Amino acid sequence: MSDVLSDAEIGARHGLSAAAYGDARELRVEGLACTRGAALLFDNLSFTVKAGEALLVGGANGSGKSSLLRQLAGLLPVAAGRIEMAFGAPDQAVHFLGHADGLKNALTVGETLAFEAAMAGCALPAQIIATLGLGARDWQFVGDLSAGQRRRLTLARLIIDPRPLWLLDEPMTALDTQARALVDALAQAHLAQGGMIVAASHEGLAFAQSEIRLGQAMEAGA
Amino acid sequence: MSMKMSLFAAICRQHMQLAWRGGQTVLAVSFLFIAVTLLPFGLGPELKLLRALAPGLLWVVLAIALLATLDRLFQADFEDGALDRLMLLPLPFEAAVLAKLLGHFLALVVPLLVSVPLAGLLLNIEGARVPLVLAAMACGAPALVLSGGIGAALAVSVRRGGLLTVLIAMPFYVPVLIFGAATARVALEGGVGIWPYLGVLAALSGAALLLAPWTIAAALRSALR
Repeated sequence: MSDVLSDAEIGARHGLSAAAYGDARELRVEGLACTRGAALLFDNLSFTVKAGEALLVGGANGSGKSSLLRQLAGLLPVAAGRIEMAFGAPDQAVHFLGHADGLKNALTVGETLAFEAAMAGCALPAQIIATLGLGARDWQFVGDLSAGQRRRLTLARLIIDPRPLWLLDEPMTALDTQARALVDALAQAHLAQGGMIVAASHEGLAFAQSEIRLGQAMEAGA
Repeated sequence: MSMKMSLFAAICRQHMQLAWRGGQTVLAVSFLFIAVTLLPFGLGPELKLLRALAPGLLWVVLAIALLATLDRLFQADFEDGALDRLMLLPLPFEAAVLAKLLGHFLALVVPLLVSVPLAGLLLNIEGARVPLVLAAMACGAPALVLSGGIGAALAVSVRRGGLLTVLIAMPFYVPVLIFGAATARVALEGGVGIWPYLGVLAALSGAALLLAPWTIAAALRSALR
């Protein structure tokens, strides 16, 4: 199966150009803190992600990786500090792919993709199932897909709806080698167009240029 | 159709699809008929008594059928991450909530209302009176869905929160049931002077429509934190 496309092919297939996301793209985080209940997960966290950059967020379980992504998506309140997104509000400019995939078992693959297209307000790209390497027919129910196939299906929205900032929580979970290459190709194409990525992962990600680790500062301070 | 409208329609449509495929629609309508079939056995074969009680019974059965569907209103979306998704759309979260409520109304309340004429027959309601009884239910039912949604949203983070949902929604159901049953009674007596009753029911639904989307959206937001 040659379902892994080059960056340029994926970009061309979806009609994205280098100017797809507009100018003045920068995610700036200053002195960010996050609390869950009474626990302080992280404090005084600052970083900047510029256009075309990907940041890997590492750290042990419970160090606040997912919480950081939820804060960036505007789903969790900011305990202290600032998040600046000059390129738009999260509801227009951010994709958040979390642990919970939001897929509905009772819908078919085709219905799920049509819903994604409606959410993006655009037509469904031709051959999207092949692009995703889904290996499933559009009449198959999502509940019958494997974990890896579900994961591939969630990637559809990244392709269908171009948004400048991707927040990916453990993007490689449950994916086989080919699918990992697909994620990598999608990410590279996104970055080449001037997109930004913040990804939380235990393992290294080929497309990430820089890395921060959560929890270290607190361990050092303790 | 503008982008926001098509988003709204897609969310509404998906909710209807899921309610139908999950068997909720069939279950709710079956419940209505089972309840209406069993009630005469419990109350005895006195036709006059049955007819006098019918309006109140129909309303209570409708309310319970709806209450039973409430725990699935937001719970599944809360657990599988679909609510996160709805918050990251170029559509106000309140509007997304309203789309789901509309989907719930179309997928569950409309089939229940369509069943009312037949159910009324089983409770000895004359065919000529059915349209007025139905009008009363159509005026009051939106209030039941909307206020029930408040209960569902407040209990959304509680696993197996069905009973809690019912407990929270119950006080909102009381005025609707009081006026609903009274309206149906007037309808059975010929329908003279029914307009003020229908007006009160519609006003309850209107007030719920103004308040519920914001209340529900706020409750869901705080549950997601």
